[in-house]
Amino acid sequence: MAKTMYEKIWDTHFVHQEPGQAPLMYVDRHLMHEVTSPQAFEGLKIANRPIRNRHSILATLDHCVPTKLADRINLPDPIGAKQVATMVNNCEEHGLVLYDMQSKNNGIIHVVVPEHGFVHPGMTTVCGDSHTATHGAFGALAFGIGTSEVEHVMATQCLPQSKSKTMLVRVNGSLSKYSTAKDIALAIIGQIGTAGGNGYVIEYAGEAIEALSMQGRMTLCNMAIESGARAGLVAPDEKTYAFLEGKEFAPKGEQWDQALAYWKTLPSDADAQFDRVIELRAEDIAPQVTWGTSPEQVIPVDKTVPAPSDFEQEGKQLACASALEYMGLEAGTKLTDIDVDYVFLGSCTNSRIEDFRAAAEVAKGTSVPERVTAIAVPGSYQVKEQAESEGLDKIFINAGWEWREPGCSMCLAMNGDQLKPGQRCASTSNRNFEGRQGKGGRTHLLSPAMAAATAAAGRFVDIRELEA
Amino acid sequence: MEKYVKHTSVAALMNRSNVDTDQIIAKQFLKKVERTGFGVHLFHDWRYLDDAGTQSNPDFELNKPVFAGAKILVTGDNFGCGSSREHAPWAIADYGFSAIISTSFADIFYNNCFKNGILPIVVSTDELKSLMAEIEANEGVAFTVDLENQSVSTPGGINIEFEIDGFRKRNLLEGLDDIGLTLQHTDKIDVYEKKHQQQFPWLWA
Ligand code: SF4
Repeated sequence: MAKTMYEKIWDTHFVHQEPGQAPLMYVDRHLMHEVTSPQAFEGLKIANRPIRNRHSILATLDHCVPTKLADRINLPDPIGAKQVATMVNNCEEHGLVLYDMQSKNNGIIHVVVPEHGFVHPGMTTVCGDSHTATHGAFGALAFGIGTSEVEHVMATQCLPQSKSKTMLVRVNGSLSKYSTAKDIALAIIGQIGTAGGNGYVIEYAGEAIEALSMQGRMTLCNMAIESGARAGLVAPDEKTYAFLEGKEFAPKGEQWDQALAYWKTLPSDADAQFDRVIELRAEDIAPQVTWGTSPEQVIPVDKTVPAPSDFEQEGKQLACASALEYMGLEAGTKLTDIDVDYVFLGSCTNSRIEDFRAAAEVAKGTSVPERVTAIAVPGSYQVKEQAESEGLDKIFINAGWEWREPGCSMCLAMNGDQLKPGQRCASTSNRNFEGRQGKGGRTHLLSPAMAAATAAAGRFVDIRELEA
Repeated sequence: MEKYVKHTSVAALMNRSNVDTDQIIAKQFLKKVERTGFGVHLFHDWRYLDDAGTQSNPDFELNKPVFAGAKILVTGDNFGCGSSREHAPWAIADYGFSAIISTSFADIFYNNCFKNGILPIVVSTDELKSLMAEIEANEGVAFTVDLENQSVSTPGGINIEFEIDGFRKRNLLEGLDDIGLTLQHTDKIDVYEKKHQQQFPWLWA
């Protein structure tokens, strides 16, 4: 029978099903950070259970980590410092690989894992973090789990899992040069909504997806969770193999050939059936900016902020009204007339080297207005070094940006980087929830190039008009 | 975990959609390394007027005295969207809720509820409307949640049957330890792992 990629991975990882219980799925890779793991280690200790396969685990410190060098050494927040120390102790005690703050490999978990080739096509991968979906870019089934499940995987290397439904999102045609993977991700969420993917694993396909770089695919899959999907997947291809080859944890020699032969069997069969199919035309995807407090509240940059009456459903009308109030916006305002106070370039969605290149190209020779703060936060030390070797740091600094150390930073604001109440931020991260970037902070999601253009103008800009 | 029993309790109404995990438990409370004590921080930014959490916000629905001690939360679509943080259900359980009724829940949050003795109940849009209407008309009304029979019933005569996965139901009713259940199949995992090692040697290099 014809199978989707998801079904192939599912079948390969099926361990056992006890009558009356959920199927057990085997887990190949387990990623970890300091926020969602301490209670899992504690649980293991209380039950006196060992870790089944410590080699399946890779850990980093990212959420609590300050992005100012001096603060990284002193960790000003005692509670955050305790969480960091707990992670370091837990990893030492169990012999786990940890990219701690002193490591040149340190960075955001979803940025460092691909840098080392730790996740391959066809693998099952979990992490106590919803943006684990990122690794679907490699054709791996990767999804976020809760802390109880983190403990479960450590103890058993398995998870009881119900099978998801499958959705194919096909993006045909080619993107204009101003639109990016981020714009595709936002446009899809705008179309299906933040609950549209509930119960599904999404496979992204079509010419526009094939044309994306691995980094673009990571950005896209990263935001699968923002549409409610369990995971996002892109079929592996030559780009995937080229990206992995030679990386630390990639197969070597004869095993590379073996792995490659297997990976080529993974893409969905031509006649495989999906439970739901959505099609978009890449040509229609303009640069996107969110205006509200949910990623589905998004519009093309040249449009105006909607009114509650623009929505049919009562729930959406209410959500629109409350978002407008929280965001301090009036319906009918042109996005490009809205001033910002802050610009954040970073997060596991958009903090890879290509993101910095795209933003630097726009930032070059510009100057951030006095009243605006713009921070550029690389996703990892590897990204930071690469950017510095290309002179990108100078471009940002000369334009008036701050150039920081890696970490989650203002994506979730639990590390010292945060908005003040009422401040408006153009952000390349993935969530514009109320208070996500600081209590009372107002977040607008967009692509790196759009963020750089916004920083230069102090307000949202349609980058398609910059060159005209 | 404790066994989940049939209960009758005040049903609190929070008529909001897409309540995300950042609202349920704000990031400044994620730094603790324990599982306990998150209840006082539930819905912090809505619930309190000050950052320290000493002044209760009288406009926040759950602060209404009639909802004190409620074990059932009735709320809008797509509850629990956002992050995987289990701190969200920890906070909800610690606050005292043991059942949440909505039309839909985000996937990871839904999963996390079962690990913490919380029953997430999915009802239709019309059913939700009628439950909400009954609370609005009679604030402080108590609903009955019966997991065994998969039903929610109200003094106003509403009786809703809900769907739930058989194994999740059993685990909750019997208060079973998920990890312990999986460990009973260690022999099967061993066999699987051997086969896996042969098939994918590069994963074990
Ligand atoms: S960058 Fe943001 S979304 Fe990504 S792992 Fe860190 S906090 Fe989560």
